Amino acid sequence: MYSLEHQQYLKNIKRHKFFIRFTQILIIVLLIAIWQLAADFELINTFIASSPKEILKTIVSLYSDGSLFHHIGVTLYEVIFSFVVGTVIGILIATLLWRFKFLAKVLDPYLTVLNSLPKVSLGPIIIILAGAGTGSIILMALFISVIITIINVHQAFMNADPNKIRLMQSFKATKSQIFFKLILPSNFSNIISACKVGIGLVFIGVIMGEFLVSKAGVGYLIMYGSQIFNLNLVMTGIILLAIMASLMYYLILFIEKRLSK
Amino acid sequence: MLLSVKDLRKIYHTKQNEILAVDNFSFDLKEGEFVAIVGPSGCGKSTILSILCGLDKASSGTIKTSKNLKFGYMPQGDNLFEWQTIFKNCLLGLEINKQVTPENKAYVKRLLKTYGLEEFENAYPSNLSGGMRQRVSLIRTLATKPDLLFLDEPFSALDYQSRLAVSDDVYKIIKKEKKSAIMVTHDISEAISMADRIIVLSNRPSKIKNIYEIKLTNHSTPINNRKAKEFAQYYDLIWKDIDYHV
Ligand SMILES: Nc1ncnc2c1ncn2[C@@H]1O[C@H](COP(=O)(O)OP(=O)(O)OP(=O)(O)O)[C@@H](O)[C@H]1O
Ligand SMILES: [Mg+2]
Repeated sequence: MYSLEHQQYLKNIKRHKFFIRFTQILIIVLLIAIWQLAADFELINTFIASSPKEILKTIVSLYSDGSLFHHIGVTLYEVIFSFVVGTVIGILIATLLWRFKFLAKVLDPYLTVLNSLPKVSLGPIIIILAGAGTGSIILMALFISVIITIINVHQAFMNADPNKIRLMQSFKATKSQIFFKLILPSNFSNIISACKVGIGLVFIGVIMGEFLVSKAGVGYLIMYGSQIFNLNLVMTGIILLAIMASLMYYLILFIEKRLSK
Repeated sequence: MLLSVKDLRKIYHTKQNEILAVDNFSFDLKEGEFVAIVGPSGCGKSTILSILCGLDKASSGTIKTSKNLKFGYMPQGDNLFEWQTIFKNCLLGLEINKQVTPENKAYVKRLLKTYGLEEFENAYPSNLSGGMRQRVSLIRTLATKPDLLFLDEPFSALDYQSRLAVSDDVYKIIKKEKKSAIMVTHDISEAISMADRIIVLSNRPSKIKNIYEIKLTNHSTPINNRKAKEFAQYYDLIWKDIDYHV
């Protein structure tokens, strides 16, 4: 058993953690309450600012006509698909650039330009190329996320410890052995960081794509809501997005914890 | 003769200029010998080691080795893979050469056991002290059964106390496994206490300034060797050779 002082210390840590969580929850509850009260007493214009009750009503009505999970499902599918494909493509290209330094040098200015180009401007071209459908949305998300994934992962690969590489070379390791035994595993946490950046960008890309294509999904809900001046729908869409994005983020954290065991 | 080096010369080319790192470097290594190379910072010690073990190309000069000589190279630092267990780390060279046979595994286990690391087989490097990590690093190199070891400042990451202890351990391991070794170091005392012969290099371009045959009365382990009466004389001689400008 621990000493009394240590037990007290552990207790304090627990209490501190609880206090942080408690304050976090308190803030959101207060915000919602104030928002609702402000709406009830007509301190804010509910036509523009909506209100928690109205949002809840909107969600219930979306649920009862069966479209709630349809839109969420469509967006989630697009996000997860683009994220997985984007991450795989990003890591593959980063690997090629690591393996063929010549290629990396040649492509460097192109990657820089593509990275700083506002990808939204490609929207119209993407729609002409891939049609107004899911394909365009996924392409948009890929354009936005892949470049930065390539750059981040390649950077991490290039920073591998030169002494460890020399050690492997002294054992006569091939390039692919160096990659799979050293470069890839030593960059596990960097790849996870790249994923965290990637998932955020994929969300941006997907919503952007849904704005442009306007067929289904949470982005479409927001777009549609704004066109018919139904701000409740817009707010509902935003809140759904916030929930989905944080769920995805925690999913990555969960996977990270699982894999690093 | 295990290794015979003649007129080694190495020029590094950079965009700004060319750097003559090593010039006129010749020496022979006898079987079972422990040679230390000392010299000022940046004089080309690491360069010599990596040329000798074939990682770098010399600009000119010849290196002759006896047939089928196997090298084991330990670059600066312990270079353990943090994401693998100690045992897995030790198998690295064998895995690369596809030689993970039951016999070789048993050999690695025996080495770990002999050198007091048995209970850490399944631990991760972060749980080991600097000295233990350095021993693991040596065992990883020994696992592929090299005849000749190249050690690049093997103890530079350690604090003074563990440095003494680990250099003692490493010395015993190398002698017990009957390996020859070439070790690069900054530390003159470390060189005198461990080596049979010391090559002192000059500032860049590094040429051989002096070679000392170390003969100590009651030659035994590095820690004890430091007490030999000739120790201070060698120290003075080498110190003057290196001519540090403080
Ligand atoms: N790849 C390289 N390209 C250009 N110059 C190099 C390269 N590697 C080493 N040098 C230069 O050659 C010289 C010798 O380097 P080296 O690393 O062999 O020295 P060292 O004696 O091991 O130094 P230290 O004591 O700091 O480990 C240095 O001046 C260094 O700047
Ligand atoms: Mg060096």
